[in-house]
Amino acid sequence: MEKREFHIIAETGIHARPATLLVQSASKYNSDINLEYKGKSVNLKSIMGVMSLGVGQGSDVTITAEGADEAEAISGVEETMKKEGLAE
Amino acid sequence: MGSSVTVQELVEAIDLEVYSGDAYLGRKIEVSDLSRPGLELTGYFNYYPQNRVQLFGRTEISFSKQMTSDERLIVMRRMCQEETPAFLISRELVPPQELIQAAEEKQIPVLISDQPTTRLSSNVTSFLEEKLAERFSVHGVLVDIYGMGVLITGDSGIGKSETALELIQRGHRLVADDRVDLYMMDESRIVGEPPEILAHLIEIRGVGIIDVVNLFGVGAIRTSKTVNLAVNLKLWNKNEQYDRLGSSEETLHVFDVDIPKISIPVRTGRNLSNIIEVAAMNFRAKQMGYDATATLNRNLEELIRKNSDE
Repeated sequence: MEKREFHIIAETGIHARPATLLVQSASKYNSDINLEYKGKSVNLKSIMGVMSLGVGQGSDVTITAEGADEAEAISGVEETMKKEGLAE
Repeated sequence: MGSSVTVQELVEAIDLEVYSGDAYLGRKIEVSDLSRPGLELTGYFNYYPQNRVQLFGRTEISFSKQMTSDERLIVMRRMCQEETPAFLISRELVPPQELIQAAEEKQIPVLISDQPTTRLSSNVTSFLEEKLAERFSVHGVLVDIYGMGVLITGDSGIGKSETALELIQRGHRLVADDRVDLYMMDESRIVGEPPEILAHLIEIRGVGIIDVVNLFGVGAIRTSKTVNLAVNLKLWNKNEQYDRLGSSEETLHVFDVDIPKISIPVRTGRNLSNIIEVAAMNFRAKQMGYDATATLNRNLEELIRKNSDE
């Protein structure tokens, strides 16, 4: 299992648009990918799940991936996080 | 444009009485505008729109009564041009004898209606506009779902007709299957109808041609409907991104009108008729101001703000 922590720096947090992009990038992989925030874990391929967390600026989130392409999945999600200015 | 309507069709559609010129009802009308030849009666023929149906109301008839018979004959003869399709008199007024004579000379029919001028004018104009409008055929199915005209498009064999059949079984109404003829009703509306020969028929692969009226009753069809929403069915593609939040602004451009459009991926096990029905209802709700996506966004922003403050 691959695991990585991100510190959210975007002022507007993970709102609808970045949530959509994260879900789109996660959906490209076969691994199970989860997003954990404040002790709650949601499927990163589920738009409703991600939005339900309401991740704000300054929060720490953990992303885990498990499956054959887990390493690629984590770097793919990381790339989207950075490209969208969500995390450093 | 090239399309035309015969005077006969106009007589039947608006329920007009033929006062004279029964034999000339085959004359063609090529423009939807009408003319009320008031100024022409005074002898002013510059810009006389001779190719339009000439409508006489109370004003024109009463003015012509003040003229001498000779004057009337001269003016009426000038009005009867080669291209003039017909004369139309409202309120069952009696046309002047000289008009009948001049019209007969040029083989133009004179028609009468009992309707008041303004109503008659608007009825004739809307009939002619509908008939003369430019048409554009699309490959697809048009269904009325809860009063919303939904145009379903997509590649051949993707299941448009099967979906339409299921929608009919759920109580919705078929407008056209396979070929939908679209025309522009006004600046904001596109209306779809079936070509006459295909009206209320559906083709289902493996079954053949089905007459919807015969099997489901007249309640299951509509003869025409404004298109409110376009739904494009596409085979599910793993690499393609689909609208997850319903915030896309895609449109289908027909003539000068942009019809809101959504794309629905098709995959085994997805109940298409169900999804399209819900899409139509959701679209209607949005138009009425109930936008679930916008509400969720607002609530989400609030939650994020709260989480950021902590």
